[in-house]
Amino acid sequence: MPVYSARVLVSLRPSVLDPAGEATRAAANRLGVEGVAKLRIGKAVELEIEAPDLDTARERLSLLSDRLLANPVIENWTLELATDGQGQGSSSPVGEG
Amino acid sequence: MAIGVVVFPGSNCDRDVRWATEGCLGVPTRFLWHEERDLSGLDAVIIPGGFSYGDYLRCGAIARFAPILQEVAAFVERGGRVLGICNGFQVLTEMGLLPGALTRNEKLHFLCEDTPLQVSPGHCQWLQGYGDGETIRLPIAHGEGRYQVDPGKLQQLEDSGCVVLRYQANPNGSVGAVAGLTNPAGTVLGLMPHPERACDPATGGLDGRRLLASLLG
Repeated sequence: MPVYSARVLVSLRPSVLDPAGEATRAAANRLGVEGVAKLRIGKAVELEIEAPDLDTARERLSLLSDRLLANPVIENWTLELATDGQGQGSSSPVGEG
Repeated sequence: MAIGVVVFPGSNCDRDVRWATEGCLGVPTRFLWHEERDLSGLDAVIIPGGFSYGDYLRCGAIARFAPILQEVAAFVERGGRVLGICNGFQVLTEMGLLPGALTRNEKLHFLCEDTPLQVSPGHCQWLQGYGDGETIRLPIAHGEGRYQVDPGKLQQLEDSGCVVLRYQANPNGSVGAVAGLTNPAGTVLGLMPHPERACDPATGGLDGRRLLASLLG
């Protein structure tokens, strides 16, 4: 069965305060890096999933992202899925929630 | 009358809760290991504070899938009373039994202090021992207690009397200063403060005692 590699990016919704991001931005200024106007911290989840085809892989990963990896009340997610089924190859955003 | 206290790997207030319910109030109490499914004979279930499953991913995100919590969800459906304290509140929101989410404190500090709260008992069965608008003091101990929900939903919660506990000084930056929420039926209560730590004169303050005693009717 093909193995698809994927990455799910989870970010806080724009309306949700990110105090850790703000603290990191303040540290960037102290480091002397100027001009950092915005810094928000999310998570990247790397996965490999066995599935009969790309559509099934996308469907399973979307469910996983929506129900476990992200909490839709406070977070958005983006799915990047490699299309070759060999666990490698180029990936591109193919879903979000 | 009997109470069950859920125990996850990483729970750390389970014994404090049992001391409060059994040691201070004399209510028979048993622990419910996360892999169990037996809630027979229980009148109420308490999900205690701590760091369930290490709080990996998000607070309460993994606990939601524990076998015992599937039974707790069915227990709520049947009208059973459930109290979620601190991490227990986070778990209840992840389960969808209460709306919204608990996020990192506004100032990032882990807050460990007594804090004044305003009680609006309304239809919440856990708070019938308190007067409307009464101010009580309970300890808080959390790093992720900032309640978050969209403004429309918050208004709906306010209008339906589901916001039953509010911070007077809002130490963590919660929207609407929400410290505790009940469900429309009044059977479920989730709160960040720790009533079980305010039940024994030896540890200071007794304001949490009536919350747990309210179950005794």
